[in-house]
Parts: sequence; C-alpha cells; structure tokens
Amino acid sequence: MTSKKDRVVELKKAVIRFAGDSGDGMQLTGSLFSDSTAFAGNDFATFPDYPSEIRAPQGTVSGVSGFQIHFGKVDIHTSGDLADVLVAMNPASLKANMNWITREAIIIVDSDTFTDKNLEKAGYKSDPLEDGTLTGHVVVKAPIGTMTKEAVSSLNLDNKTAQKSKNMFALGIVFYMFNRDYKPTFKFFEQKFKANPLIVEANKAVLTAGYYFGDTIEAFANTYKVEPADLAKGLYRNVTGNLATAWGLLAASERSGRKIFLGSYPITPATEILQELTKHKELSVIALQAEDEIAGIVSSIGASFTGSLAVTTTSGPGLSLKSEAIGLAVITELPIVIIDVQRGGPSTGLPTKSEQSDLYQALFGRNGEAPVIVMAALSPVDCFYAAYEASKLALEHMTPVILLTDGSIANGSEVFQIPKVADLLPIIPPIVPANDPDYKPYKRDLEKLSRRWALPGTPGLRHRLGGLEKDNVFGNVSSDPKNHQLMCELRQEKVNRVANYIPEQEVIGDDHSDVLMVSWGGTYGVMLTALEELRNEGKSVSLTHFKYIMPLPRNTREILSGYKKIVVCEINLGQFVNYLRMQIPEFNYLQYNKIQGLPFMVAELKDKVNELLNDL
Amino acid sequence: MENTIDTKKLILSKEDFGSDQMVKWCPGCGDHAILKSIENVFPEIGIPKEDFVVVSGIGCSSRFPYYMNTYGFHGIHGRAAVLATGVKLSNPKLSVWMISGDGDSMAIGGNHFIHIARRNLDINYLMFNNKIYGLTKGQYSPTTPKGSKTKTSPQGTFETPFNPGELVIGARGKFFARVVDTNLKLMTQVFRQAAEHKGTSIIEILANCVIFNNQVHALITGRETKDDSQIVLEAGKPMIFGADLDKGIVLRGTKLVVVEIGKDGITEADLLVHDPSDPDPGIHLMLANMAPPELPAALGVIRSVAAETLEEAMYESIEREKKTSKIKCVDDLLTGGGTWTID
Repeated sequence: MTSKKDRVVELKKAVIRFAGDSGDGMQLTGSLFSDSTAFAGNDFATFPDYPSEIRAPQGTVSGVSGFQIHFGKVDIHTSGDLADVLVAMNPASLKANMNWITREAIIIVDSDTFTDKNLEKAGYKSDPLEDGTLTGHVVVKAPIGTMTKEAVSSLNLDNKTAQKSKNMFALGIVFYMFNRDYKPTFKFFEQKFKANPLIVEANKAVLTAGYYFGDTIEAFANTYKVEPADLAKGLYRNVTGNLATAWGLLAASERSGRKIFLGSYPITPATEILQELTKHKELSVIALQAEDEIAGIVSSIGASFTGSLAVTTTSGPGLSLKSEAIGLAVITELPIVIIDVQRGGPSTGLPTKSEQSDLYQALFGRNGEAPVIVMAALSPVDCFYAAYEASKLALEHMTPVILLTDGSIANGSEVFQIPKVADLLPIIPPIVPANDPDYKPYKRDLEKLSRRWALPGTPGLRHRLGGLEKDNVFGNVSSDPKNHQLMCELRQEKVNRVANYIPEQEVIGDDHSDVLMVSWGGTYGVMLTALEELRNEGKSVSLTHFKYIMPLPRNTREILSGYKKIVVCEINLGQFVNYLRMQIPEFNYLQYNKIQGLPFMVAELKDKVNELLNDL
Repeated sequence: MENTIDTKKLILSKEDFGSDQMVKWCPGCGDHAILKSIENVFPEIGIPKEDFVVVSGIGCSSRFPYYMNTYGFHGIHGRAAVLATGVKLSNPKLSVWMISGDGDSMAIGGNHFIHIARRNLDINYLMFNNKIYGLTKGQYSPTTPKGSKTKTSPQGTFETPFNPGELVIGARGKFFARVVDTNLKLMTQVFRQAAEHKGTSIIEILANCVIFNNQVHALITGRETKDDSQIVLEAGKPMIFGADLDKGIVLRGTKLVVVEIGKDGITEADLLVHDPSDPDPGIHLMLANMAPPELPAALGVIRSVAAETLEEAMYESIEREKKTSKIKCVDDLLTGGGTWTID
C-alpha cells in the first residue's frame, strides 16, 4: 500500500503508546489499532492507563489517558516497558509520557494544540517542540486539528463534531508508519455509527487523510513492518483479564451443571466482571448487584447452600469487608469463588493502579483458623483458566477459593486462543442423591476430606448449617473441646490435600543455576520476558512462577533447591517471600520489591538479577 | 416458581418439623410460643417438607433453625436477609423463612433490612422484637424506648428508637404485620397470610425477654390493659377495639384519633375500614405508628400490597434471553464476534 516499499524496515516487535486528553478517544484508537494488529497476524498485549477521575481537568497532566500496545512477530508476554512510538494529542500527554518512551522513540504530536495556554496547563515553561527537550527523537509535527477540519469540509459538520474524529487522523498516520491496511477499520465505523452515516463518512475521510499525510510529508525516514507471529493454528480473539475471568466462570458453570450466582458490589478494578456476567442471562446467570460488599458475599453463600456456583468479585477494600463471611463459608464448608482484582492499598489507596497488595489478606485475613485455597492468575488469558480451576477446586473440595488477579492483568489484554469448553477438565460436584441413607452433613470423602453437598429441596437430606462449630459427621452444634480441635485440623488438612489435585510447580530454565527468580500472579509476563532476555545473554538464571499459593504445589521445596541465590520479586513489600519463609524456612530468600502503582519493567528486573550475578 | 399454596394439602403434621435438638431458650421466653406457632403453620402450607428453608442471623431468636427439622442456615450477625436473598434467588421454588431480632435487623443488619423490603423477594421475615440485646445480656437495641435504663444506658438511652413498621414502609415494603407472642391464634393466622403473600412479608413479633426486658410490651399484651391498648386489624372491617368493642379509629384532618361509638353521633359507618391492599402507604404508616396510651397498637396485617417479586423479574428475563439470544452455550459466546483464524 505504501509508495516507499524500498524503505520498509522489518521489526521483530514494537511498542506504541497513544496518549491524549481523557476525552480524546485514545482507548478507542488503541483498540482499533489492536484489531488491525490481530488482522496482521501479530501476537500482542495491551494496557490502558487512565485517570481515576472520569473527566479530569482538560489539558492537564492528570487528565491524560493512554493506551499502550506491544506487538510482534515473536511471542509477546507484556504490554511493553517503553514505547517506540508515542502519539501525543496535546502538550500534557507529551509531558505525562516522556518517562515512558525510549530515547530514540518517534513522537507524533498534534502541533495545533501546542498553544501558550495549553503549554501552561501542561506545566511547560517553554515549547518542548522548539526548546530542545525532544533532541534525539524523530518528531512528527502534524497539525491534526486543522487537517481533520479540512478532511471533512465537504460534509458540513460543525467544528465540534468534526474534531471528534481527530483521533482517527492520528491512527491513520500510525497505520501508514506500520504499513497497515486501513480498510478493515472502515467496517468498524459502518457498524459502530450505523445510525449516523455522516459520522461514518467523517471517520473514513479523516483516517484516510491521516494515512496520506504520513505518505506525503516524508517525515519518516522509514516505514515499518512486523511480520505475522508464529502462532499455533486455531481461532483467536483479544481478551482482557476481567472478561476472561467472567468467561472462565461461565465455562465452569456449564461443565459443572451449576448455574452461576454472582453477588457483587461495584468496585474498581473488578466491576467489569459483574457487568459482563450480568449480561449473560441466556446462560442462566443470576447476578445480584448487592447493597454492599457483605451482602454480595453472603447472598452468594446462600446461593451456594442452595446449589449454585457461587461467586463474588471485589478488590482489596471489598475483600476486607467480606472477611467475616469468608469464615462462615469456611466453617459451613460451602463452595464459593471469591475473586479479588487487586489494586494499590491500604484503604482506598490507588484504585486504578495495580499492586500485589492482598496476599496476606487472602491467606490470613479472618478470625480463627480459617484456611481457604488461594491462587493467583498469571496473565489476562490465564484469568480464563484460573477462574475455571478456582471453580473446579471450590466445587469438588467444598471450600472457598480466593482467586487473586490484579488491575494490570484485569484491564490489560492479550491474544487468546479460544479453547473448546468440552476440552476443559470435567467438574464433578459431590451432590448427594435424594434419600441417601448414608448422608450426614459432615461425613467426609476420605481422600479429599470434603463433605458432600445436600441441596435444599432434595427429599431426605434436611440439615442445618451455620457459623457455630459443629460436631464432625452429624453436624450438630458442638462446643466439645476435642471436637473443635478435630474440626480445625480437618478443615486445614482438607485445604492442604488440595496439593494432591493441582499441577506440580515448574521451573523455566535449569534445575541448577546461579539465580532463581521467584514470582507469583500477574507479573508472569514481565518475569518471563526478563528471563528470556537474560538467558539469551547467556546468564545462568531460571524462573519459577507460582499460580497456586495455598496450598503450595507438593514439589515446591524440591524446586527451590539447586540455586546459588533465590530472589523473590513482588509488587509489594514482600508478602509472598515471607510466606515462603514461613512454609519452607530452610532457604535464604532475597527479595526485590517495587510498590509504586506500576508494573515491573523488564530492564529493572534484569538489572537486579545482573547485580546478584555480579556479587556471586 | 413462587410458593404455590396447594389446596389439597400434603399430609404433614407438626411432628414433621420438630427437631431432636434441645431448645435452649430461657423458660418463659416468648420465643417458645413463636416456635410452636410456626410448627402449626408449616404443615398447612401445602408444600413438601424438604422445600422449607429457615434462615437466621445472630441473637437468641436466630437459634430458631436448629429447633426446626427443615433445611436451615444459622448465618452471621445482621446478614440473614442477604443469606435468604441468595437462597431464594438461587432456587425460587423454596419456601424461605427468615428469623431475626431487633438488634440483628435494625442495627447491624439495618442496611439489608431496607433493601430486602424494597427488592420484594418472596420471603417470610419474622422479626422478634424484644427491644433489647438478650444474647449479650442486656444492652439497648435500636428499638429500645428512649430513656430506658440498660447495661449500656445506665442513665437511660439518649437515642430515638426505630419503629420497624415505619422503616418497612419507608423502604417501600409491600407487606408488614405485627403480632404479639402471647396471642398464638393471631400469630398462626398472620404467619399463614404471610406465607400466602407473594413478596417480602415482614412480621414484627412483640416478644418478651423474661430476663433482661421483662414486661416491655405489658401495656399492649397485659390481660388488664390489652383491650384498650391494641387493635387487631382485619381487611374490609371497620377499626373497632376495646373491651366492650365500643371504640373506633377515624381519620380527623391528617390524624388518626380514637372515638367512642354512640357518642357525639358516631356510628360504625364513620370508622375507618382497613384496606391493607391499598398501594398508598399513607394510612398504613399512621397505623404502624399508633402507640398506647393515645392510640392502640395495631396488630394483624397492616399492609399487604401485590407487586412483582425480584425472582419473578429475574427468571422471566432469563427465559426471555434464552429464547432470543444467539448464544446457546459458552462456545457460542467465546467464538461470537471479534475473532480471527490462524491457518
């Protein structure tokens, strides 16, 4: 499509960041580029970065909304450290993102917005386009506002409406840079603005104008091409972690034959799971938007008693409110899946920023001896499988499961090879048949130690559950000293034995190396990328990344031996490392912690490991 | 999906619902009478015994599920209403009975109380109001009359109490009744009406705590005083009360007042006729707020208005979506739209 085919540079991967005012439509621009990336056959991952205010003051740094995409011919595990290309729709978005681009990044700006007033709002003392701030960068100054107006001049739109398509001009330029076909995006306009053909035409005209602007001005020394990735054959889609979580639960509902009951209260960054599940009435989802976090979980416990796949979704502050009710699910030994999309804490903390904040809370945040299964999803796509497995473990072992995801993987997206639901492991809840003479409320499976599930409405199985301690087997209220000790031990042992039903822990790399990186949950992509780069550089480094935390996989102790140094990397002050020190005290664990509301960067992980290697 | 009350009753007796657990309420506690009344009502409802679920919170009254041979769930403090909500939404076929007290419902569970009233699930909510915390041994509750001396109000309470009926109506509840633990017949009758009503039926039971708040309802329930200090409301009947049935209630201006029949030319025809089915809550609110000595306390079903239940609305929506949606299974959802193929 380009007239400059002789200057096409092939890249293995690239990172683009689209940034603008929160009303500039950057999320849409990013997602349209993602669609085009899928069409081009690349692997990719994305991450949106937006302010917690819906419309922060226009033109200010705090009002900047961004969307980053990392795409490649190679496997992509993260949304990328630093951007190779920055699209900045105003001075504030340039200012906000200067720390997040490479030294030689190409910067495309809407030069029309670099007025004295806007520069002042962004906090610039002088014009960065003129004062040498951007030395070393290729800067494309595009008068996007003016050109957008011209592109739609024949359509007689008012200026305000016309300017709404500005983001498509920027997208057009980037399409040109990366030799993308813009026609498939036209289809999106035709569907999205079906009711308003004029807007369809405007967007088409502006996108095309942006594309030819890129071609005409010869600002780019090269254009770029990223060849299709070597992905396995199959059907793919793009998915965010929250969407994948919701779908994993739906798949578990279908395979277990238990309809979903979701009791939830809206909370950032978990709300999309509630929004998605409540859409799917056709799949028999009962979703209650509860009056508070407590009502969310307790209604789910009621539904669990009655035979539903009970779910509640929340974030850190909400998990705190649910603590007492989780204890109720522990003592009644009812299945429930509690999903905590972690965010920066404590208290309200950093609602839109990610953190591995709640491991302690998930493991220990209840009164009494109240063990639950704790697991953590690894990536946006893994949210699907983790939600499925959490449901399977809860239903088959009759216990609460806390699944930790986080803001990064919940809002981030990646390429998802769509599985067939029939290919997932079966889920067989221990439902008691009517009039089973052998039924006793707390009579247990001798392997799993789980009790069975007798559903109200079933003849011959009437029984009472509750928060008071019960005697083993019969389930009558009991404060007998020995019985209490037995029940506490049984509930703990039941969770411990889950280790016999989960996969063994694996090491990526070697059984013996100088450094073993240890991590858990949503940092998987960046840890893996750092590992791959270090090993490509010939370093003696391995990685073990945990998904199952309570209980730990059976071979964890074995896995950890054989390394000169172990470094546990977390987005907190060391919650997992202290848990390891408690569970498996014989190793010396070093730690690397960052707690800034930001993900790890590959470069800083590598620096840390290199420092450890140099000290050997 | 609602509780259909079968006219040809299943042959159940109260023995079907008695539990083998020792009842551990204090001798003389009003709760014994309530349990007895429920045991009378359940066999008459006409559904199989396995379809009853009794759910409770925390407090003396909340031990109730352990004393019934049904499916039961003794929850945590204040949360019975949401536990019951989950049970009913998950399986609307079940007859759900919720037991709670004034502390459980009005204090720690106050938020859930107003929301269950507004959501209108088909749940029967028995609120034992003894105006005191019994299980923790005698602290004031949100319904304790202002000025009462309790363990945590040695100088008398400073707080204005809730009137549960006023709260139900304020929360747009559709059914509210009041009974006393000393009138087994009325209790049984009202429980039956609650079971028949489709929606959240909230019944305030004035219950006596013999240990910590003995005789708190004595004016309303006492043999000497009750005739003049209570009125049992009946749908379609004029509001008459008193030992000689010579007193009545009329609406004068914007207030309810007591009149004597035969005095000042007042006849039965002048009295208010009770209409619990009126959606307008105005008179119901005034009735719920009546209190002796000025006005008799209203007993019986004060408000009973037909309306769609939450579970009806939700399940109808599910049936509709199942018919019209292109998505029939999760595979359809995963593969529907926005996909691409790698060959």
